[in-house]
Amino acid sequence: MFEGYLRQDGRKGIRNTVAVAYLVECARHVASEIVLPFRDQEVQVIGFPGCFPNDYAQKMMTQICTHPNVGAVLLVSLGCESFDRFSLAQDIADSGRPVESIVIQQTGGTRGSIQSGQAWVAAQIAARKQVPRVPMGIDDLVIGTICGGSDGTSGITGNPAVGRAFDRLVAAGAACIFEETGELIGCEHIMAERARTPELATELVRSVTKAADYYAALGFGSFAAGNAEGGLSTIEEKSMGAYAKSGSAQISGLIKPGDVPPAGGLYLLDVVPDGEVRFGFPNISDNAEIAEMIACGAHLILFVTGRGSVVGSAVSPVIKVCANPQTYARLSEDMDVNAGRILEGIGLDDVADEIYNLVCGVAGGQPTKSEDLGHAEFILTYKSFDPIGPSCLPV
Amino acid sequence: MSDDGHITGKLLLLCDEDNVLVAPGPVGVGVHPVSDGSVLSVQQAVSMGQKVARFAIARGQKVLKYGVSIGSATADIAAGEHVHVHNIRSDYTATHFLKETGGA
Repeated sequence: MFEGYLRQDGRKGIRNTVAVAYLVECARHVASEIVLPFRDQEVQVIGFPGCFPNDYAQKMMTQICTHPNVGAVLLVSLGCESFDRFSLAQDIADSGRPVESIVIQQTGGTRGSIQSGQAWVAAQIAARKQVPRVPMGIDDLVIGTICGGSDGTSGITGNPAVGRAFDRLVAAGAACIFEETGELIGCEHIMAERARTPELATELVRSVTKAADYYAALGFGSFAAGNAEGGLSTIEEKSMGAYAKSGSAQISGLIKPGDVPPAGGLYLLDVVPDGEVRFGFPNISDNAEIAEMIACGAHLILFVTGRGSVVGSAVSPVIKVCANPQTYARLSEDMDVNAGRILEGIGLDDVADEIYNLVCGVAGGQPTKSEDLGHAEFILTYKSFDPIGPSCLPV
Repeated sequence: MSDDGHITGKLLLLCDEDNVLVAPGPVGVGVHPVSDGSVLSVQQAVSMGQKVARFAIARGQKVLKYGVSIGSATADIAAGEHVHVHNIRSDYTATHFLKETGGA
């Protein structure tokens, strides 16, 4: 058990972040300047850079601004962008959170907007101490997992260790999310055998087939040059390693970005857009996937890396599990868990225990390495999705 | 790997059906023990996480790791040879790598 923050909508968070959200790239500088004096006080920049409207981006921003780790939101608008700031502000207010909108064109430009924004943020930092604390358990948590900068060690150390930690977290009642259907190519049939119903199995296979077709149209798989340098030869090989993060629990459902799991269990997040290829690569870098899991309610993220990613995230803490002992030796300041010790004789279960205990500690307020280093990356791009069908979440 | 998840420092056979083994650290040319109790004569030095052929693999044959296909051989591969982007390819999408770092 640990103490969380009780929100007026009844959800419980593990952080009490003030989010400063720019609603078009033209407002990002002002948002960043507003945050600057408070960057060590859980005040973080999120936002959407595009000027064209997009339902997916609207849903993502709404879900992240009303995430249980967020206590108050300042919206920063240039004034002429297409993003619907009015409905976003209303949705945040309806969730019981303090929200304020600054429109740069109506607030004296850059300097006036920064001054107004900083005054509002300072008031929220004082006010957020009033948020009630409540006991929380593992069964209140939503936990996402991602791998990035994978190499030949990821699939034999870090990913299976997270998989075993996931098995325990699911057994303790948590909702656990794994994702990146483009990195499950080749695993779809063995994964489908774990589905709760035959109809869900069909949906799981379909989501990976969609990803394979999408990436084929783009001409590149979800595979970076560093993956090959680290010993991975094909997307199928990378996929099998990535798949190990899901552990061995039954798969309870298939969700899409912004869908919050309805109960504890293991869920696959389908991150590849529906329909024809329109907006380019599904996720242009790891933080795009992290943002999507946060939009699904993830309180924290388990990030397995072989080559050595250093990122964290706005809103939800990122626990970095380093799969490669040589990488750990080079980047230990950035890594929370040295899963590469498995290659030196430590058991997978010992590392899974360490991950489980760290989840409890971080949920209780202990900062992760990336939080300590000030990482608060955030990226959101254009996508389009159809809603999930009834067979994706069997009751 | 043993059932309790302990790795032994030997070349790793991840699944009985596999025709490749994984290097648990840097491995030099010569005879090395394998996690199933056998030995393999490694033909090229490889770094941590890389694969070597457990048996001869003919061009066109599936390369098996974790008990599943991870692609097809694009050349005849001898037992003990390094298995990577120079001699296998994906059956889904081509692998992108930088020529300066791809074969490391």
